[in-house]
Amino acid sequence: MEITKETVLKVAGLAKLDLTEAEALRLAHEMGKIVEFADKLSEMDLEGVMPTTHAVKMENVFRDDEMQPSYPREEILANGPERDEACFVVPKVVE
Amino acid sequence: MSDYKAVIGLEVHAELDTASKIYCGCTTAFGGEENTHVCPVCLGLPGALPLLNEKVVEFCIKAGLALNCKINNYSRQDRKHYFYPDLPKSFQTSQLDLPICYDGYLDIEVNGQTKRIGITRIHIEEDAGKLIHGLTGTRVDYNRGATGLIEIVSEPDLSSPEEVYAYMETLRQVLLYTGVSNCKMEEGSLRCDVNVSIHKEGEPFGVRTEMKNINSLSAAKAATAYEIKRQKQVLEEGGSLFQATLRWDDAKGINYVMRVKEHADEYYYFPEPDIMPIVISPEKVEAIRATLPELPKARQQRYKEQYGLSDYDANILTVSKALSDLFDQAVAECQGPAKACANFIMGDITRLLNEEALQPEEVPFGGKELAELANLASQGAISSSAASKVVEMLFQPEFAGKGPKAIVEEQNLGQVSDQGAIKAMCQQVIDANPKIVEDYRGGKKQAISALVGQVMKASKGKANPAMANQLLEELLGS
Amino acid sequence: MDNMQKQELASLTLTQAAGLLAKGEASSSELTKLMLDRIAASNNNAYITVNAEAMAAAEAADARRREGGSLSPVDGLPMALKDNFCVRGMKTTCASRMLENFVPPYTATVAEKLADAGTVLLGKVNMDEFAAGNATDTSYFGPTKNPRDPKRVAGGSSGGSAAAVAEDTAYFTMGSDTGGSVRQPAAFCGVVGLKPTYGRVSRYGVVAFASSLDQVGPLNKTVEDCALTLSLIAGRDPRDASSLPNPVPDYLAGLKGAEGLKGLRVGVPKEYMGPGIQAEIRENVKKLIADLQTAGAIVEECSLPQLEYALSAYYVISSAEFSSNLGRFDGVKYGYRAKSYDGYDDMLRRTRSEAFGDEVKRRILLGTYTLSAGYFDAYYLRAQKARTLIMEDFRRAFSQYDILLTPTTPVTAWPLGTAFEDPSKVYAMDLCTVSVNVAGLPAISLPWGTDREGMPVGVQLIGPTLSEDRILQAAHGVEALSLHNYGEGRGQKGGGVHV
Repeated sequence: MEITKETVLKVAGLAKLDLTEAEALRLAHEMGKIVEFADKLSEMDLEGVMPTTHAVKMENVFRDDEMQPSYPREEILANGPERDEACFVVPKVVE
Repeated sequence: MSDYKAVIGLEVHAELDTASKIYCGCTTAFGGEENTHVCPVCLGLPGALPLLNEKVVEFCIKAGLALNCKINNYSRQDRKHYFYPDLPKSFQTSQLDLPICYDGYLDIEVNGQTKRIGITRIHIEEDAGKLIHGLTGTRVDYNRGATGLIEIVSEPDLSSPEEVYAYMETLRQVLLYTGVSNCKMEEGSLRCDVNVSIHKEGEPFGVRTEMKNINSLSAAKAATAYEIKRQKQVLEEGGSLFQATLRWDDAKGINYVMRVKEHADEYYYFPEPDIMPIVISPEKVEAIRATLPELPKARQQRYKEQYGLSDYDANILTVSKALSDLFDQAVAECQGPAKACANFIMGDITRLLNEEALQPEEVPFGGKELAELANLASQGAISSSAASKVVEMLFQPEFAGKGPKAIVEEQNLGQVSDQGAIKAMCQQVIDANPKIVEDYRGGKKQAISALVGQVMKASKGKANPAMANQLLEELLGS
Repeated sequence: MDNMQKQELASLTLTQAAGLLAKGEASSSELTKLMLDRIAASNNNAYITVNAEAMAAAEAADARRREGGSLSPVDGLPMALKDNFCVRGMKTTCASRMLENFVPPYTATVAEKLADAGTVLLGKVNMDEFAAGNATDTSYFGPTKNPRDPKRVAGGSSGGSAAAVAEDTAYFTMGSDTGGSVRQPAAFCGVVGLKPTYGRVSRYGVVAFASSLDQVGPLNKTVEDCALTLSLIAGRDPRDASSLPNPVPDYLAGLKGAEGLKGLRVGVPKEYMGPGIQAEIRENVKKLIADLQTAGAIVEECSLPQLEYALSAYYVISSAEFSSNLGRFDGVKYGYRAKSYDGYDDMLRRTRSEAFGDEVKRRILLGTYTLSAGYFDAYYLRAQKARTLIMEDFRRAFSQYDILLTPTTPVTAWPLGTAFEDPSKVYAMDLCTVSVNVAGLPAISLPWGTDREGMPVGVQLIGPTLSEDRILQAAHGVEALSLHNYGEGRGQKGGGVHV
């Protein structure tokens, strides 16, 4: 299937990536090639086939409802690009 | 022009009352210093993996059974993607097409009419963190992040603000009874999104707007009423509605548009590979069903049939499971009528809870004490005013561990029913109040209550008022 | 120690080096110092970060040994981790500008297990950015060169892991394998690489690429070393829900050289012996088939028709999960944040656009596209159904054969800077390896001769679920045949490796 520049830009919007016109054009071409090869899947007869969502046959892997100590706040915040003494800080989000 | 009908559906989020979060061992305790209930898993650090808390699954099943749902034998979690600073992984681990519960209902009562509201589904998911908006920036606190939630999605079966209120109230009661959530709306443990559209009978559904994160029953009602009115006004003025997400401002009593939806949300869901499928056996469902408490409706019925309580009393008593439990325990030990126990709960106990700003769960004594008190009262061993005093003392820490009998004795609150003693007091009162006696004899029969009051005063409230009344009448020769 | 001795010491296998330490003929400090010196002298760019505490850890290991309290047979042996394994207090970059300065506050389970065994962490090795690639040329820190020919790529995404083993700057390394990321660089660099069964080794603390395909695996000089390493890291981890509870067998017990090949039923899928495979590689595999038969194995051509779709299914599933896993890099909690922006959304977009490389962006876009409304059923859902059929194909094959033999790669290591026509051509280079991840199976790659230009050829042995012991046994046999034929296997290797 052909991928247009507009499609690439729409998807980039969803994925929060900025692209220049030139990048979008190039990616449209490249993604078109990759999608072509993903389109091979449409040749398959998949009628009645159950999808595999997990590579292992495991189910009901749970933990008990037990409290564990949390991490010290300094360690939680240590990698924050912008933070104050207690919180991460982001540009003002308007609701 | 008021032939528009409202079509309303609710999505209710209830934070589950588990000790730890849904995928890690961090506490779910409300509040706490910012970012102190956080670890690599709930911070979404790269490489950290979720481990599903089994209690979350069990609580969801329990809520589902209480809401008459079917339980999916095979269920799983899915990732719901969107970017927001309160969502650390940029996806919310939720459920898409295989929720744990589906196809249930909740009966509500509005104006004496019962209405059945369909429950489409109940699924588990994680809560987001908290954003604290400042002047220049927004601060992010992940303490609440990844607390286990259930989302209860109703059918669009509701049609008025009153029904919205009743639905939320009844739902809250059921969740409290099952113990899956503390439902503290002021702490955000229970909140709802209200979807509203209006249309005319026989015409297709109208454009829908959604009001997000409403956190009180009255706000849900007010916001719905406002929105129905607004939509009607727009249509009546020939305008057109657009799909939008609104935010209710409770202080101002108006809805704000948060954002206009141009197209459906793109969450690009897919099955969560890091959490294994959830398989729920019929045995598991039955085991959880066996732990369900008697729900409010059933209790109300029982109170009416077994104890002859009125509709009103039965409803009031079952509003809180804690008070209803207290009633059941007291009645089991009480020799007098159940109504005596009910009156204490609906009267003095409720008043004191309000005065002391306590939750119903915090009544500092049990059914045994309440039964003892009710027995004393119904046997006439204490007056009603003395009984109120006893309840007050039972709430005081210095009387902790003492039963009503002990308090009555210690505080000398026992009612005097000694006929000789009361008779003597009555005679004194008659002698000291010739004017009132004259009135009485002159035909003002109600004047006797003033004399009874004087006897009570003289006895420091301990005389049995009924006996005093009778003796006074005798002495006055009527 | 003269240079000759140093070279000999450095090129020892893990097992041999452990023997020296046990006999007291070398110390952990000596070996660690030797490795650190070699890392400093190497031009192959295998390492991103060198552990400043390595010598202290080595000295501690030596002290334990002196006091008779060694933690394991490999206590004190220096090794390295791919830079997507979180280690508390040490930078974990995933070879991305996004995580250039990220210091995790926690440690991956595998890194913990290796530390518990007393191994000395030399540092973190290079990789494709967020493991998206197959040549370690998408690293923000520059490509890793192939020690067998520095003008060629080391393979990827665990290129640094393979190169470090090949250039003797670690006695073993850890990698991660989502579509061949351990096996392919192992093949390109001429070392042994194992991708265990999905769930056999904990993924906890390893930065995810595609969660349903990722598996941690060791890169080693020999099959014996590989068996030894696997026994250190395999087993259930309560922190990883996909981790399998099955007991861990003694992987070393079954190793018996060419003897282990007798009666082994080997299937050779014709789908991986077609014209897409470089002729010389096919020739090498044919030579191996003949040798296996001589050694008493029963070798037959077989067919797994659904393999044709494995590459498509793989790229759909892996890109989808990749785009999801990389959403968390938003400039809020850790990692890069753009220097200037106007509001939250702009910050988010600039941060991601500035800090992710081209290949990462390409896969995020592809993944987002295939998951987006209207395409989910056509791509992601179909890919998962294809996955079911591919697994069934393998199950059928393993009802007839003990193992399957394929080339690891369609080509040998290509020159650095090769410009492929388009990304789908690069992706096609993963032909032989991705089906194993799609099916969650274990597979090993080990060297089997070279091409005409002397670049190593890797052969891959695939087994059914949890048959690591079986494929290690078979690989040990193949390794013995290789030594006999080519006189090459690690430990015996002479010069020719560029450090």
